[in-house]
Order: sequence, then C-alpha cells, then structure tokens
Amino acid sequence: MTVNHSQVVTRAPAPLPRCSCLAAHSSSVNMARDKLTRKWEVFQGRNRFYCNGRLMTAPNSGVFLLTVFLITVTSTLFFIFDCKYLAENVTIAIPIIGGLLFLFTMSSLLRTGLSDPGIIPRATSEEAAYVEKQIEVTNSANSPTFRPPPRTKEVLVKGQTVKLKYCFTCKIFRPPRASHCSLCDNCVDRFDHHCPWVGNCVGRRNYRFFYMFIVSLAFLAVFIFACAVAHLILITKEDRQFLDAVKESPPSIIVAIICFFSVWSIIGLAGFHTYLTTSNQTTNEDIKGSFASKRGQESFNPYSQGNVCLNCFHILCGPVTPSLIDRRGIVTESYSAEINGTSTSEAVLAPKYYGPIQNGPQHITPNSTELPGIYRQTTETTESNAGSVTHLVMSEQPLAVASSLPKASVREDEQHFSNHSPLYNNIPLGKSHSYADNINHHCDDKTPPDITKDATVKIEDLHLDPVILQDKSKLDVLKFNDLTVAEKKNSLLSASRLRLLQDTTMIESALDLDSLDDSSLGTNSQAALMKVV
Amino acid sequence: MSNHHNGARTGETEQMAQPQCLKVFVQRDYSEGTLVKFQTRFPQELEGRLERQAFEATVNRLNAYFAEAEKATCSTYCEGCLACLTVHLIYICKETHYDKCLKKVSKFIAEQNERIYEPRGLKLTDPYARGLRVLEISCLDRPPNA
Repeated sequence: MTVNHSQVVTRAPAPLPRCSCLAAHSSSVNMARDKLTRKWEVFQGRNRFYCNGRLMTAPNSGVFLLTVFLITVTSTLFFIFDCKYLAENVTIAIPIIGGLLFLFTMSSLLRTGLSDPGIIPRATSEEAAYVEKQIEVTNSANSPTFRPPPRTKEVLVKGQTVKLKYCFTCKIFRPPRASHCSLCDNCVDRFDHHCPWVGNCVGRRNYRFFYMFIVSLAFLAVFIFACAVAHLILITKEDRQFLDAVKESPPSIIVAIICFFSVWSIIGLAGFHTYLTTSNQTTNEDIKGSFASKRGQESFNPYSQGNVCLNCFHILCGPVTPSLIDRRGIVTESYSAEINGTSTSEAVLAPKYYGPIQNGPQHITPNSTELPGIYRQTTETTESNAGSVTHLVMSEQPLAVASSLPKASVREDEQHFSNHSPLYNNIPLGKSHSYADNINHHCDDKTPPDITKDATVKIEDLHLDPVILQDKSKLDVLKFNDLTVAEKKNSLLSASRLRLLQDTTMIESALDLDSLDDSSLGTNSQAALMKVV
Repeated sequence: MSNHHNGARTGETEQMAQPQCLKVFVQRDYSEGTLVKFQTRFPQELEGRLERQAFEATVNRLNAYFAEAEKATCSTYCEGCLACLTVHLIYICKETHYDKCLKKVSKFIAEQNERIYEPRGLKLTDPYARGLRVLEISCLDRPPNA
C-alpha cells in the first residue's frame, strides 16, 4: 500500500487507520482521530450552521422564521377553508395549482435561506502577507518616506474602470461586484443585499433562488387573494349579505387581508428584481449607481451579456459556481495552520504579541518564533535534488536552537519516513507535521518576546533583510489591528442603523454600509484611514 | 496513480501546506469580467526556476478550463432551466457542469505538479482550495524571505 502517503493527511475519515504509522509524529493526528472537525466549525464569519454544516443561515434568523410562519399559516388557512369550498363548487384545479405554487415558493425560500450565497473565503495569512508586501512595494517606489499602502486598486473590466477595495476583515482585494456583508462578516461574491426575510445574504450563488422565490410568492399571494375573494363573492351570490358571508367563513377575510397588504410590496419587489435581472445589475450596484454616467463620463455595465434575454438566461439558468467555503470538508492540520495565522490576527487583543506572527513569510523573525531552530543554507540547492526533504534537512545547519531533544528526534523520524515514502514526496507531510508540532509548542508556552529579540540578532548572521523593514511593518501591523477594531465598531453601528431602517421601511435591501468604504470612496484612501484610526 | 487522481479536489490540495517556504500568488485577471481567469504575467520570484513558457502554458490551460466551466452554452442553459423547473432538486442526483470542470482542473494541477513543478522544487495549489481567488505556487526549498 504505497499508493500515496499524502492521502493520510488529507482525507481523514477513510485513511485514518493507516495513520498508526504516523502517530508518533504528531499529537494532532491523535486529536483528529478522537474527534473529526469539519470546516464549518472553524468558519470565521458569523454565519450559523445546521445539520453538520449542510445548512447555513445568517446569525439572526428570527425574521426568516416569521416569513416561513406567515406563508405557511396563510396557505394552510387557504387550503383548509377556501380551497375545500372552491374545489367542490368550482374546479379541482384550484387546490392543485395552489399546492404546486406553495411547494415551489417554500422550496425556493428554503434554498435561498439555507444555502451558501457565494461567500469568498478569507485569505490565508501567507496570501495576506504577500498582498501586503506587493502594495508596499508599489508605494515605496513613489515616495522616500513611509506611507500606509493604498487600500484600493483599479482594474479595467472590459474597458471600464472598476475600483477594487481592500477588505480588512478578509484580507483580500474584493473581486469586482463582491462586497462585505457586515451582518454575516463575510465577503460575498456578486453581493446583492442582505435579506433578513430569507435570513441570508443574497449573492451570486442564491440570487436565482431568491428571484424564483419572489416571483412565485407574488403569484401565490395574488392567487390566494383572488381565491379568497372569489369564495366570499360566491357565498354572497347565494342571496346573503356580505357580512353574513364573512361570518360564515372568517378565515377567508383574514387570508384576503394578509394577502392584500403583502401583495403590493411583493409585486413591487418582483418587478424591481426583474428589471435588475434583465439589466444584469445587483441591488447594491443599482442603489449606488455604479453604472450611471456621471460628470460627463460615459459609463456602462461591463457585466451585461448584451441583451435582455441573455442576461435573464445567464442569471437564472447559467452555470453556478460551487460553494467555495467547503463547509463539510474536514479540517486538516495544514488547513488549521493556515487559518490560525489569520484567526490569531483577528483576535486583536495584544498587538505586540500577534505582531510578529502576522508578518508571515515576509521576514525571518516571525517564523523563527515558530521554528525550533534557524537554519542556514550551507549548499546551493540545485535543480536536480531540490524538493527532497532529505536534502533540505541535510543541507541546513541549525543556527539557533530554541527547543531541545524531542524535536530533533522528530526530525530524524521524518527523515526516515521520507526515505521510505514514494512519489508525491514527503515534503508536505514532514513539513506540515513539524509545523503543527511547532505551532502546538508555540501555543503551549506562549513564547516570550525575548526569543524574537534573539532571532533578530541572529538575522544579521543570515545576511537577510534589514531590521528597519521589520519595525516598519510592525508599525503597520499595529495600525492594522487598531483599524480592524475601529472598523468592527463601525460595522456594528451601521448594522444597527440598518436594522432600524429595515424595521421601519420594510425595504429589505441592506446595502453594504461599510462606513470605511464609503469614506474611502474618494481617491484619498489614506485620509480615510487616518480618520478611522 | 489513478487512485490519486480520483481523489476529491479538496483532498487533492490540502496536503500541501508548506508554511515555511516562499509562496508566490498569481492574481485574478478581471479584464473580461468576473469569470475565473488568472494573470499570465510571469512572477519575478520564479525567475530562473521555471521556464516562462511552462508557466504561461499552465495558466492558459487553467484559464481554458474555467472558461469552459463558465461558458454559456445551450446545454448549460438547458441544465439550468431543468434545475429551475424541478425546484433545483435535480442537483441532488446530478453534479453540475461546473463541478465536472473543477475536477478536471484538480486533475490537471496534479499532473502538472508531477510533470513540471515538483521536479523543479515548486508546487501548485488547486485554486479551488484558495477560493478561486489566487493561484498559489510554493517554492518548497526556499525560506519565505528569500
């Protein structure tokens, strides 16, 4: 069974028994055997998950339950009282049509509310550090003094300039059309709005369900209203007063009233979304006026497919991206290691402690806090044997050793292991194991800051990048952390404001009221930064 | 070997967290809209380690796969309409066109890794594991600050 050892780490459930050979290497493998963690359990947004990650909703689903309750109760009343009468006196088709409409509406609603709207997973700490480095470079080329890097980026989409904003929470430049939902705390692709009625964001992946829900609900409401009124009229035709008719079938008038009041907003909304669909816009873009010509500048919608029919087809029947957050995937060590980088920087409480880690792969210092030893490259790696861990370990000499014997023995074990293992070699295995160990070790004894100092001294031996750079980035990190706090406060604030708006107006379009964004709409994103800090 | 290829695309990629090495991230190219497309600009960090043509060939091929996944053909529209009519219950028993293409992508990545990247001490990460945001190339034998 030398098929591949790599699978041992990756796909936990099936190959776990095979792990016995590895047990000595890593304590976290043991942990994994005890309890299987799935990715939704370590998900960083504020969403709630049910049925072991199969279903997901926004954090507050009270209004969603109200929607379900209203639709179900109204329809049930209709089916019990009106339908029975109409089926006997008019035609059997009425309950059938009503039933189909109801099923369609409810399944669309559940599908919208309980599926992934198109959440864009957050950047790993390494990717964030890389992006940070890139924008820093472009910045320092222009000016001799240090300035905070720009937080917006302009790209051309089919000849149209689109501004990409940096998301401080997700550590990415948001793709065009994506926006950060402050209630769920995620970036959502093709963000339309956060809809409390369906208890979820409406985005790229569930817009079609949402649209089907709105349209079918409009039909259902009109249908039920018409049937209830018809029922009452048919009763009055039997030579009775209207009041008598109401007395005979009080549920009909209740149903009729509920439908009468809700149908207008639903029809309006269905019309609005039909317009949006035909022009391939999102509510967010429409309200912001993203594609409106302003100040003489010609502007058009670069995402439009060309004509009304194509837009509709593309949005309602086009290919749909699979969920990118892989909720039911199993958390492996490597995955949790990746996440840890970002999640610790999220915790913000002690910037001094988190500072060095967040720098990620930019400098040697952060890694040296995690590495038991710093290694100096003694031989030039050649292409022929590069990529073999054996070579890697052999060619390095420990410069500073922070932890002692047990670690060393682990390394040796790995070496043996890697010698045995066939193709798809070894490196990820060995490396990730030792890394996980290191992480654990690191967490256990909360490495005191003097180790970092130690390492910075050693850096000079390594002929690596100067220390100034590191200070600078530390400063940056400090700012960064403050900013995330401020931003969070802001987003909370705007969230409550939003709630008020929704409660009072019944307009369910929650815009992306990220106040930082709005203030940075102007070209001077730096000013915005300062304001927040 | 085939065993490896058939592995789920997530499993395919998670094996490779090499936290202690240089990583290069190829960003998305939005010039043609929001469909998944990666920039073909050769990253400086890989200079001397990988031939420009090999890199471009990989990225172009990847882009082609994603273009196929998002292409609006008659069959995808029919699939969509059918799904719409069956209240999207069809997806319980049938995997989407996009899913199939993503499988092809992870297969392609594994093959490229084996043939081109691993012998050079590099490793591609399946973009799906990074939320289709970036294409991650790790230099396995270089420390992150190199």
